[in-house]
Amino acid sequence: MSTHAGGVPEPYGRPGGPPPPERPTLPVREPVNYLNVSYGIKSWLLTVDHKRIALLYLASITVMFAIGGIFATLIRLELLTPPGDMVQSETYNKLFTMHGIVMVFFFLIPSIPATLGNFLIPIMIGAKDLAFPRINLLSWYIYIAGAAFTMYAMIAGGVDTGWTFYVPYSTHYSNTHVIATGLGIFITGFSSILTGLNFIVTIHKMRAPGLTWWRLPLFVWAHYATSLIMILGTPVIAVTVLMVALENGLHLGIFDPALGGDPILFQHLFWFYSHPAVYIMILPAMGVISELVQGMSRKQIFGYSFIAISSLAIAMLGFLVWGHHMFVSGQSTYLGLVFSGISFLVAIPSAVKVFNWTATLYKGSISLDTPMLYALGFIGLFTIGGLTGLFLASLGLDVHLTDTYFIVAHFHYIMVGGAIMGYLGGLHYWWPKISGRLYPEAWGRVGAIIIFAGFNLTFGPQFILGYLGMPRRYHYYPPEFQILHVMSSAGASILALGYLLPLVYFTWSMRYGPRASANPWDARGLEWEIPSPPPTENFVGQPVVTARTYQYGSEEGTTVV
Amino acid sequence: MSSPSETPPVVAHHPALRHHFDTMATQKDSSLLGMWVFIAQEIMFFGGMLAAYAIYRNIYYDAFAAGSHHLDVKLGTINTAVLICSSLTMALGVHAAALGKGKATVLFLLLTIALGSVFLGIKVVEYADKFHHDLVPGPRYSAESLHGPHGEALTADTARHSELFFALYFGLTGLHALHMIIGVPIIAIMAWKAGHGRFGPAYYTPVEVTGLYWHFVDIVWIFLFPLLYLIPHHA
Amino acid sequence: MPEHAADPHAEPHDHVVPVGTYILVFLALMVGTAVTVAASYVDLGMWNTPVAMLIAVTKAGLVVSFFMHLKYSPRLYWIWLGAAVFFLAHLLLGTGADLLGHLFLNLGSPGT
Repeated sequence: MSTHAGGVPEPYGRPGGPPPPERPTLPVREPVNYLNVSYGIKSWLLTVDHKRIALLYLASITVMFAIGGIFATLIRLELLTPPGDMVQSETYNKLFTMHGIVMVFFFLIPSIPATLGNFLIPIMIGAKDLAFPRINLLSWYIYIAGAAFTMYAMIAGGVDTGWTFYVPYSTHYSNTHVIATGLGIFITGFSSILTGLNFIVTIHKMRAPGLTWWRLPLFVWAHYATSLIMILGTPVIAVTVLMVALENGLHLGIFDPALGGDPILFQHLFWFYSHPAVYIMILPAMGVISELVQGMSRKQIFGYSFIAISSLAIAMLGFLVWGHHMFVSGQSTYLGLVFSGISFLVAIPSAVKVFNWTATLYKGSISLDTPMLYALGFIGLFTIGGLTGLFLASLGLDVHLTDTYFIVAHFHYIMVGGAIMGYLGGLHYWWPKISGRLYPEAWGRVGAIIIFAGFNLTFGPQFILGYLGMPRRYHYYPPEFQILHVMSSAGASILALGYLLPLVYFTWSMRYGPRASANPWDARGLEWEIPSPPPTENFVGQPVVTARTYQYGSEEGTTVV
Repeated sequence: MSSPSETPPVVAHHPALRHHFDTMATQKDSSLLGMWVFIAQEIMFFGGMLAAYAIYRNIYYDAFAAGSHHLDVKLGTINTAVLICSSLTMALGVHAAALGKGKATVLFLLLTIALGSVFLGIKVVEYADKFHHDLVPGPRYSAESLHGPHGEALTADTARHSELFFALYFGLTGLHALHMIIGVPIIAIMAWKAGHGRFGPAYYTPVEVTGLYWHFVDIVWIFLFPLLYLIPHHA
Repeated sequence: MPEHAADPHAEPHDHVVPVGTYILVFLALMVGTAVTVAASYVDLGMWNTPVAMLIAVTKAGLVVSFFMHLKYSPRLYWIWLGAAVFFLAHLLLGTGADLLGHLFLNLGSPGT
């Protein structure tokens, strides 16, 4: 018979001819997933699939991170030498202002919730999508609009008020683009609010049958707590920034001392949001770490309910400590004592998490893959950042350390050593699920180590600088501080290299990485039950949950029936 | 066991059921919860400006009382009554939608829009009066038209502080009016949909959610009215 | 209106509030408005503001409970409303304690 299946070249099909080579003769089609279900720019810009929206966010915040990073590079370059010789003082003011604004509002606050949260929350609770998919897309467009406003302000000349916008400088004396930037932040705030709203309703109403609150993954608990803060805190800064813009533009003087207005009132309103905002930035990362620690040590998490409740405790206590940013502002000393005391209290739930993660690692089957390296880095660096926070919560010590580099080091340890490492760890852990490809593990480890080393070299010396008295937001300094600044800038260049690596190999892996299976880490969770990458509807049929979270050690080991 | 679930049999469902919800009940519950969460956010939004108001009213009571006295209590009371009426018509509109009475729904929603427009019209009149009396904060502000409890002129300090009152007056009522301006077209869309038979007892959630928003806007005014218009002069 | 208590496919909030209740609430709101205006013309000293706020809260409570159906709604909605009020109260408390403390307490030197 000289039948040959389509695609078999001529000589092999003839009787007596050479046997056909062992290769498939029909084109192999990739199963339909959320990435290949449709193509074209419209299918992305008009998508309501939470997974695609997560990728839209991923692209946007990466761009914003790069912009914030450029400002950081300029800052660290200037600080290599004691005299302020690279840029003028006014320009330097703009550099640290814009670094702060971009990194806080356009990178850190959306980072994990809008990318990993959007992608994973419906899957982790067994749902097809978030509660309000169109509002999800709207929140991305609002984010882009806010970013556009702010970018316009930066290109048109920048803002120099500090990301904290203190009045009366921002309302009366600054002649930079305060209104445009303020409006940009106002608009982006609503992106945050809508994301939080979506998460709250989704988690309440769309859990799979059998998925009780006490079976929710800790990533979901963390995002619920974060959403609480997003909903209740963001509107306050929105209205405050609006008042600053009105005062600046229309002279509706609410904080103007000439009219009897009180600049300290601004600080109260500003920090009422901006302190809980830092918990918006760290709680999702803590949720990621809980997932990484159990997944990469293949062990039931220690103290599940304590970690879950601690997320809520941090969210709620976090609203009651804002005055610790105002100890030297002229705030009532007695009130300062209250804020100081509660600030000590809010450290307790964070410490509870660190203890529980450590106990989970103990006697776990640990694999030192990239996500685990990031998780370990997080635990160490977040602990340092958190402990230095206690120094600053002590009223007396804060008087000495406030507005110095000690503060800068403290919050960078938490935001960069904590939140960003959590973000990267999560990206690596769920990358196979999101892209259907494996990133190169060796390069992943190299990147994690470079980032860890570069980070500590950048910000470790800043603790010492601050303690020795180097003020923040200054671009010239006495020569005796130079050696520490040079170490810091050297570290920054290493850190930058470390951040470039994932950008390169993640992009590479999208095309050339080996295809990932549904559960490459052999971890537990609903997201590991579905293909990598998942189909648009996430699940075939309705999953039903019958086992507790992270159920290791059982034969079936899975949560889906 | 991880056998995949059987595909559920195809069941005819309400055309308004979105694909990611299991039942109309879940969809309705989610929509209502979503609006309540949004309202919680709105409370904090207005709350920030109200905090500023609360602080300054206590520190500069005389200035705030003088400013408040200039406001037209008659117009403010009429506006309050108008808004309460619009809340009633809105509630009746939701009621009609729940009972499947399309025409009545349209009628009540249009009445709500009309009353809301009356409110905004009166606000325009009030704002015009402030412009006329140079009571808009900014370079043209002047406290000449204000006076103390016994008709006397204000001291220099009180005159200065009165500008804070009007800054907050415009800020608070302006924000409130903005919410109404956003609400009116939404109610109009609901009225259009109701007129085209889109709602019935099985599905009237958008009307109810719009109602929640409108009632909240009414509640904000219920607080703003006494705080801004009815500050008594202390003896 | 039909009772759907046992029907698993029933919508929540099926309770349709009778028109009569709405009218009563409306009348109460109008009365409340009249009272609050009248009370502002009576000198109650420091009690004017608390009285006005009490009336406002009562009116708001009526709107929330009946017009917004909170009385017939799941507890979860009450919790969200309560949470917002709770944290707003703390904003007012903290800010007030700092900026208004000197009006109510005599704690010594300025800035305390």
